[in-house]
This record gives sequence, structure tokens and C-alpha cells, in this order.
Amino acid sequence: MNILLFFVIIPILMIFFLWISKNRNQIRGIMVAGSSLLLILAGILTYLYLTQRAAGDTAEMLFRSDYSWYSSLNIKLSLGVDGISVAMLILSSIIVFTGTFASWQLENQTKEFFLWFCLLSLGVFGFFITIDLFTMFMFYEIALIPMYLLIGVWGSGKKEYAAMKLTLMLMGASAILIAGILGIYFASGATSMNILEIAKAGNIPHDAQLIFFPMTFLGFGVLGALFPFHTWSPDGHASAPTAVSMLHAGVLMKLGGYGCFRVAMYLMPQAANELGWIFLILTSISVIYGAFSAIVQTDLKYINAYSSVSHCGLVLFAILMMNQTAATGAVLQMLSHGLMTALFFALIGMIYGRTHTRDIRELSGLMKIMPFLSVCYVIAGLANLGLPGFSGFVAEMTIFVGSFQHTDIFHRVITIIATTSIVITAVYILRLIGRSFYGEVKNPEHLKLTDATWDERLSAIVLIIAIVALGVAPLWMNNMIGDSVLPIVKALVIK
Amino acid sequence: MEYTILILLLPAIMFIFLGLAGHKLKPKIAGIFGTISLGIVTLLSLITAWEYFTSPRVNGVFEKIIPFNIEWLRLGEFLHIDIGILLDPISVMMLVVISLVSFMVHLYSMGYMHGEKGFQRYYAFLSLFTFSMLGLVVATNIFQTYIFWELVGVSSYLLIGFYYTKPSAIAASKKAFIVTRFADLGFLIGILVLSFYGQTFGFIDLMGGNSDLALQGAAQKSFLGIGVLSWALGLMFIGAAGKSAMFPLHIWLPDAMEGPTPVSALIHAATMVVAGVYLVARMFPLYIVYAPGVLEIIACVGAFTALFAAIIACVQTDIKRVLAFSTISQIGFMMVALGVSTSMDAHGGLGYMASMFHLFTHAMFKALLFLGAGSIIHAVHSNEMKDMGGLRKHMPITHITFLIACLAIAGIPPFSGFFSKDEILAAAFKFSPMMGWVMTVIAGITAFYMFRLYYNIFWAKEAKHEHKPHESGFSMTIPLMVLALITCVAGFIPFGHFITANGLVYDIHLETSVALLSVGVAIISILIATIFYRKETQPIPEMLASKFRFIHKSAYKRFYIDEVYQFITHKVIFACISTPIAWFDRHIVDGFMNLMATATQKLSYLIRNFQSGRVQQYAYVFLLGIVVIVGLILLIL
Amino acid sequence: MGVELYLVISTIMLCAGIYGFLIRKNTLAMLISVELILNAADINFAVFNKFLFPNQLEGHFFTLFAIGIVAAETAIAIAIIINIYRNVQSLDVDKIDKMKH
Repeated sequence: MNILLFFVIIPILMIFFLWISKNRNQIRGIMVAGSSLLLILAGILTYLYLTQRAAGDTAEMLFRSDYSWYSSLNIKLSLGVDGISVAMLILSSIIVFTGTFASWQLENQTKEFFLWFCLLSLGVFGFFITIDLFTMFMFYEIALIPMYLLIGVWGSGKKEYAAMKLTLMLMGASAILIAGILGIYFASGATSMNILEIAKAGNIPHDAQLIFFPMTFLGFGVLGALFPFHTWSPDGHASAPTAVSMLHAGVLMKLGGYGCFRVAMYLMPQAANELGWIFLILTSISVIYGAFSAIVQTDLKYINAYSSVSHCGLVLFAILMMNQTAATGAVLQMLSHGLMTALFFALIGMIYGRTHTRDIRELSGLMKIMPFLSVCYVIAGLANLGLPGFSGFVAEMTIFVGSFQHTDIFHRVITIIATTSIVITAVYILRLIGRSFYGEVKNPEHLKLTDATWDERLSAIVLIIAIVALGVAPLWMNNMIGDSVLPIVKALVIK
Repeated sequence: MEYTILILLLPAIMFIFLGLAGHKLKPKIAGIFGTISLGIVTLLSLITAWEYFTSPRVNGVFEKIIPFNIEWLRLGEFLHIDIGILLDPISVMMLVVISLVSFMVHLYSMGYMHGEKGFQRYYAFLSLFTFSMLGLVVATNIFQTYIFWELVGVSSYLLIGFYYTKPSAIAASKKAFIVTRFADLGFLIGILVLSFYGQTFGFIDLMGGNSDLALQGAAQKSFLGIGVLSWALGLMFIGAAGKSAMFPLHIWLPDAMEGPTPVSALIHAATMVVAGVYLVARMFPLYIVYAPGVLEIIACVGAFTALFAAIIACVQTDIKRVLAFSTISQIGFMMVALGVSTSMDAHGGLGYMASMFHLFTHAMFKALLFLGAGSIIHAVHSNEMKDMGGLRKHMPITHITFLIACLAIAGIPPFSGFFSKDEILAAAFKFSPMMGWVMTVIAGITAFYMFRLYYNIFWAKEAKHEHKPHESGFSMTIPLMVLALITCVAGFIPFGHFITANGLVYDIHLETSVALLSVGVAIISILIATIFYRKETQPIPEMLASKFRFIHKSAYKRFYIDEVYQFITHKVIFACISTPIAWFDRHIVDGFMNLMATATQKLSYLIRNFQSGRVQQYAYVFLLGIVVIVGLILLIL
Repeated sequence: MGVELYLVISTIMLCAGIYGFLIRKNTLAMLISVELILNAADINFAVFNKFLFPNQLEGHFFTLFAIGIVAAETAIAIAIIINIYRNVQSLDVDKIDKMKH
């Protein structure tokens, strides 16, 4: 049995056991067991993947198997992973694990919350292990639907509005996406939904590409916070409960980048080369625009949401540069930003749970009251602004160096514009840290607050360790991703 | 020479140890841990220097040695970032300087920071800073320099904001980080451009290796009228200018005095601020060959900054700020020395050697000045000159060491400052007489304001104190004495034997005309300062201040540059760029989505009215439908 | 003479009935209009039977059936209208809009 199937079986089992569970301790136990299993599984998969590659297996995807599902439309459950997918699976399992601990204190309808959360993670894991267009889309939808309930019921603030806006915008994007996918399928001869086979055939006619590439890129791009379709993100993340924000900003937004790269660009390289510059301009606007908007926000979650818009924009930006280094940097950025933003949302959730406010004008001097949380937040902030020693630096520098290596001067100028984001990010991060964590305690109510509990410490520490590990020793991950990115980039480089 | 890796590892391990477990240790134990590890590092650095400089020369130069180099990140086929140690004359010199000053600061802080909250955190951050700075100077490739450059920046941020409950400290740390970040952007873009044309990051490769051919080809290309390599090296200079507080990126350094005084001594006098000078020195061969125009710009920027800062230092009343502006001015000297060099040989490359020499001597006596200032502040519990005066009676050791440092910075023989400054002036005169005279005048002003500082602290009128100021303890005075000793003898080191632009031996000989000129100017300035400030009352300065009130006030307010920056940041960037963008996002982009939702809702309300429940309306619709269908059938048939 | 005259009469009856159904507000009047429409159709059947198929009787049978069924349907309709009147207290058709959106 293919090891990849376990990524889908374990969440299904978790859902089943949650359904029959009776009290909170059982629920917590099931969640801890399941997410730890998934984390260990991701580790085993990485190890197996690396050993197989080291042994000389140079197939594009490893762990391949196909299960026929609906043969008249050539829909199969085709499994397969390469370096990029493995990195994303590691990311997802870490975030599911830490998200469980970040929601340890949830009291309202815990069973239903974790049920939907498991369904969400099922969709995410399924998306990364399949290489069949239709099943990819199916898992994407499975990941999308629970968002509405999770935000609308367990969220805070304008939750119904945010939930509806997020779901409708992403549904709209997936409507465009299914049209694009069907277009790809029928234009390439309606023989297979498998990405590898369509790419190898390479027979999608030029005119069809020009229509379906924007549709598919847009469909995935909305999920990846492409300007100007990113507005679901600030309200959605701000209103969502902690673990949901962590999973959504950390992983779901990366689905967008992954999809753009593997589906839109890989399968339609001519259109990518011709129309890429439009999206390049849009993504570089997202990078700068998101960062500038974050400066004047007053809500911690909104600052983080706009920061995510900026960083995810950088992912799409790098993918569109279409060379190996930049694409490797894009995947590294997906991994790095996923971890960082999960850390941020976890910490903000913990702070909000104590102070019941996320407004930075009301928070001050938290370093004295909650030293552990504050230090973690400062670390997260420094990682966000691309400090060496953390993963953000590795990712951003790979992207910038890779993007600059273009012979075209337009690409290089736009890279320089994108690099200015490092200054703007520093401005809003330091502004927020200076106001909320340093300084004197202004609100006497806050003096009674307690620091992090063991479950919160665990989730923060796991994420920090992951960020530091990637920041200090990136070579193995870099090589793993770089090798997997190469086939896609080769397909894109056409005369 | 593999033991050199310990020089980097020890402070790093100490940072992690003190950072994670420090609060469980007693403060004194943490301090002892930190100090001892730095002592070992200093010893190792001295051993490295000894071994390096006594090993035989190859072709007349000391060979570059790379005892350690691992690949850290691969960025494509040719480019890769390594982490390693490069030993060559300037990096070995910097190792000695950094570890020695850091060790003195560690020792000094045992006494100065005694009883402060966060003592262990302080030592952890000091270790982090030392690690970062050491990593910066031994970098084998430009990206490693950048990595440690950023780490130095963040250590500075953490240390300036050490007293994190003070709003001024928070603001100062933020300002320091953002200004240097902005400069780092220039540095990064410079690296990107240079690596694009050179296809390598390594220093040895860039300067006379495989990449030489690639760079020569790039020397012909230009962008907007200026050669691309000039762009690259010019942008890198912007990075250097930010870290070294050159005008107009100097604004963060005076505010950085909010940090504890030993931090100011270590970071903002001796080590971090010279990182920019070090960078230019490191890239010096490229500057000479491919961007000599940029060198001239560097000289002009350095000269202007030196003059600007010297004038402001004349009227400041906070002793740390006088020293801060003095640092800016002296770094200007170092930049000028580099900028006036025209070639790598002994004649045109004099500036290079002079700059490095001055870096060495300045680090020692400036650290001494700051630590002395710390001792004074510790005694009188204030930074302002008006709370001092007549302290020579109460603090003899501090007084003598401070005087030695002042004489050194003024350029009086036989102290070290004279020798290094003389070489700089000689190089400046070689470049152009005007530059030489300008720098001499600035040297005079330097002597003036330093002795103004000296007299106001140790002579002049004694201020009222709550309790009598007393001399500081041993942990604080021993570093003072060590540094003073170095200041006395360092001038006699035959620096040209160790460090020159092309590596060959150069015998320093004093050009008598320049030497006499500089000493003369210095003595005159000291005399003026003595007349003005020695006595109990100071009628002449007060009269001058009131006569030239406008200039005095502007200089006191540092020529309003900070206000300009405040204006640009708050009124322009925040209010005119960020706020409209945020508004645009919320109301136009998001508003468009909301508009679509509202439009759909209104449309559905409209359609809803078709289901009115009224039979006659339904019958109308039936009739209409039948007519249309019949009409269509008749048309088609 | 012939067919056209009778067809014109039945068309006029049809139009009158449709007009009355759409315009009149009183439910009983609407019922009478419906009767007119149905009777117009019956006239058509009888006329076509007489003029086109004189030897067959299907048309007349249909007419008789229709009259009978219409009578039954009218009875039910009046019963419904009486029940509605008991609930709404009015015979105005605009007041009977409970089945709206």
C-alpha cells in the first residue's frame, strides 16, 4: 500500500473517532495522536524520499500509484510526490500538530470544531499527494467548505461577513479554476487528467493556452492572494479562530502558489511565457502594497494578514521568474512563510485570549507581563523581516538572487522594486513590537495576566525550532526542492 | 589554523547558553561566563595574529588563508553562499580589535551594570554581537558579510533597546534598525548587481581570479549613463554609509546613546560603526580598478560628514552625544582616507593603510573615552555637562585615562592618534591640497571640542551633588588602564609592515611638514579650549553663543536633520502613501467585492418580485410566453 | 358565411375571457371570465365538427364532455372561493397573495 495513502486515511480515521468521542479529553487525545502520527509520517516520508533519490532514482515523481476512479472521464486517484510536495507535506503536518495545541483551550462545541478541522487537513494533505487534475480540485474543494463553518461559528469579530466573503470569493475562483482545468483536459485531447502525462504530451494548442492559462492562474492565484483579489484574506484571517488562521494562512494560501506552479505554468508554458509579465506586475504590486498597508493597521491580525499578502505575493512573483533558483526560493518561501505566519497567528490567539483585544493602541508593555509570549513574538517578528538565522532570509535571498539573474532588464528592475519590501516590513514589524511589547504597562488590568501554558509553549517552540532549523541549515531542503523544480523550469524555458 | 573556528563558535554558544538558561543563573555567574569566554576569544585572536604575521611572506605579501569554509546555500549553477573564515591582514587586525574591545567591555560591564535587571540578557546580547561582528570580518564571501551585517544590526537593535521600558530607547532602537535596514537595501542590490556580472560571491574569486574576465567585460556596460560596476559598488557604499553613520544616514547614531554606555563603547565607537569602512576596505581592489569615481564620492561624503559632525559636537551638552558625533567625524576621516587612494601601490595606496591604522587606534581610544564617560556617568548619575565639573579631584584614574584619550584624538604625539591621523592628512594632501586643508581644519575642530568636553567634566565649576562622586571599582578602571596603555604605545607599531593596499611592506615615515602642521593646529585648538572652558566661569563661550544664536541653536539641534526625517516618515510615507493605500484597499478593492455582493442582492430582490403570489400576474406571464412562442414558431416556419 | 363567422365569434369570446381574467379584481368575475374562455373553446369544437367533419360526431361529444367537466370545476372553484372568503374576508384577488416569495 502506498505510504501516501496514509496521509488521507489518518484524517479520515480521526474524523471517525472524533464522531464517536464523548468528552474533551478523548477529543484532545485523538487530535494529539492523529497529528503526531501525521508529523511522524511526514518525517518518514522525507527520509524515504531522500534515500530513494540518493540511491539514484531520478523519476520525476516518486511513490507513484494510480487507482482508477471514473475511467470514462480518465479520472484516477494518481498519487505521487516530488521534493516540492514533500516540503509542503512537512509544512502541513507541522501546522496541524501545532494548531491542535494552539486550540487546546477551546470550549465551545469542541468536537464539531475538530471534526471540521480534520476535514480541512484532509483536503490539504490530499491536494499535495495527488497529481491528477480532477482529484486535486476535489481535495481543494474539501479544504474550502469547512472554512465557512469554522470561521462563521468559532470566529470572532465580523465572523459571518468574513466567512461568507472568504467562501464566496474562493468559490468564485474555483469556478474559474474548474473551467480552466476542463479546458486543459479537453484541449490536450481528453486522454488523461494526470499532470505528468499532459505535460509530457505538451499538445495544448497555443490559442487554448492563451485562454486557459489566465483562468487557471487566476483560479489558483486568488487563493494565493494575488492583487486585486486578495481582500478575502485580511477579514478572513482576522475573524477566524487561531488554529484555522494558522492552517489557512500557513498552508491553504500555499495551495495557490503550488497550483499556479504545477498546473498553470507547467502545463501551459507558452502562455506562461507570453502572459507572465502581466501577473508579474500584479504580484509585485501585492508585495509592496501589502507591506505598505500593514504599516497603518491597528489590529494585530490585520497586520499579519497584510504581511501574508505581501509574502505570498513574493511566492507568485518568484514562480513567474521561471528559473530554477527563483522557483526553489518560491517553495522555500512557501515553507518559511507558512511556519512564520502560523507562529504569528498562534501567538496572537494566545494574547487575544488573555487581553481580549488585538488593538495595538491598547496593548503596551507586554514584555513585563508575558515574557515567554513576548520573546516568541519578537523572534517571529525578526524572522518575518528576513533576519539571517531564520528561514525567511534563506527564502527571500534565494528569490532575489534567482530573480535578478534574468537577462531581461524589466525582470531585474521589478526585482529591485520587490526588494524594497525588506525595509517596509522592518518598519511595520518594529512599530508593532515597540508599541505592544516594549514600553510601560498602560492598562492596569493587564498586570493580572498569566504567561503561556504548557500547550501554548509547545506549539510556539515547535514552530520556532522549525524556523530556526530551516534558517541555519537550509542546504538539504534547498537541494531537495531544487532538483524537483528543475523539470518544471526546463519545460518553461522555450525559445 | 583550524582553532580559529573557536573564535566564532565560543560567543555563539555563549549567546545560546545565556539566552536560554541565563535567567536561571545568578547575574554575577552569567557575567563571569561571558567575560571568561571573551577572554579566551581574545587570547585566540592574539595567537592567530601572532601566527599569521610571523609566518613567512609569499611574494612579499602575507597569504590569504582559509582554514574553514562550508557551502551553506546553493543558488543556481555558479552562485553559492558559503560560511567560512578568511584570514588576511585586515581581517586578522579586526579580530584583534573586536575581541580586545569586547573583552574590555565585558569586564567593565561587570561593574557598570551591577544590579541592573536583565544582567544575564545583557551578556547574552553582548555575546551575540561579538559573534556577529567577528563573523562579519572573517567572511569569505560578500553574502556572508551581508548575513553577519544583518545580525550585527539586530544585536545593535536589541542592545540599544535594552532599557525597553523607556520610550526614547524603543524609538532609538527602531530608528537605528530601520535606517541601517534602508542602507542594507542598497547593499543587497549592490550584491545582486555585482553577482550578476561576476557570477560569484567569493572575495578571492572576485578580485583577481576567474571572475576577473567577467568583470572586465561588465566594465564596458552601463545603465543610465553610469557603468554597472560603479552602480554595484556605489550601492554597496550606501550600505556601508548606513552602518558607518555617514551623512545623511547618520541620524541613528546619536540616538543610539540611549543604550547602556558599555554598549555604546563596543558597538557605536569601536566595532559596528567601522563595519562600513571595513567593507570598503575589503572591496578596495574592485573600487580602484572598476569604480574610481565612486572612491571620489566616498572621499567627499566622508569629508562633509566629518565637518558636519565636528561642528555639531562643539555645542552638545550631553557627553555621550559629543562622543557620538566625534565618532561620526572620525569615521568620516577613515572614509576620506580610503576615498583619496588612487592606486594599490605605496604611493596612491597610502590612504588605505592610513584608514586601517586609524581604525585600529580610534577603536582603542574611542572605547576608552566611552568607558571613561560611563565611569563619570556612573559617579554623577547624569549625562549632562552641567552636572559635572571639577571631577579631577574625585576620580583620578578616570581623569588621567580620559586625558590620554583626548590627547590621542587631538593628534598630539607620542599618542597613537597622532600617528594614524598624520598618515590620513598626508594622504589627503597627496590627493589634493584643498582636501588636505579641509581635513586639517576638521582635525583642529576635533581637538577643540574634545578639550571642551575634557575641561567641562574635569575642571570648570563643580556642580552640586547629592553624594560625593567617587572613583569606580576595579572592574571598571582596569579596562580604562589597559586601553590607555594601548593608546600610548600603539602609535609606534610599524603598521605599514602589516597592512597595506597591495600587501607589500611600507615603511611609515613622517612627513615633517604635515606633522608640524597637524600638531600646531591641535595645540592652538587646545589652547583656545583651555581659555574658554578651564575656569570656573565661561564668559567667552556664553558671549559667542548669544551672538551667534541662530547658528548655535541649529548646531545644537543637529541642523534639524532629524526633523526632516520625521517629516518624511510620518507626513509623507505614513500619511500620503500608506494610509491612502490602506484606504484604497478597504474601500475600493474590497468595496468592489462588496459592490458585487450588494448588486447580486439587489438583483435578487428585483427578481423575487416575480413571485408575487398574485394569480393575475402569473397569467400575464403565461400569456406573454405563449405569444412569444407562437410568434417564434410563425417566424421560423 | 361559413366557418369564419363562428370562429370570429369564438375568438371574440376568448379575448373577452382573457381580458376579463387579467383585469377583473373580483374572483367570481374572474371565474365567469374563465367560463367564457372554456365556452369559446367549446364553440370552436362544435363549429369545426359541423363544417369540416359533418359525418362524425366526435366534436359534439367533446363539447358535451367539456360542459359537464366545466360545471364540476366551477362548483369546486366556488367552494374554494367561499373558503378563501372565510379566511381573507374579501373577494379581491389582490388580497390572496400568501403564496408569494
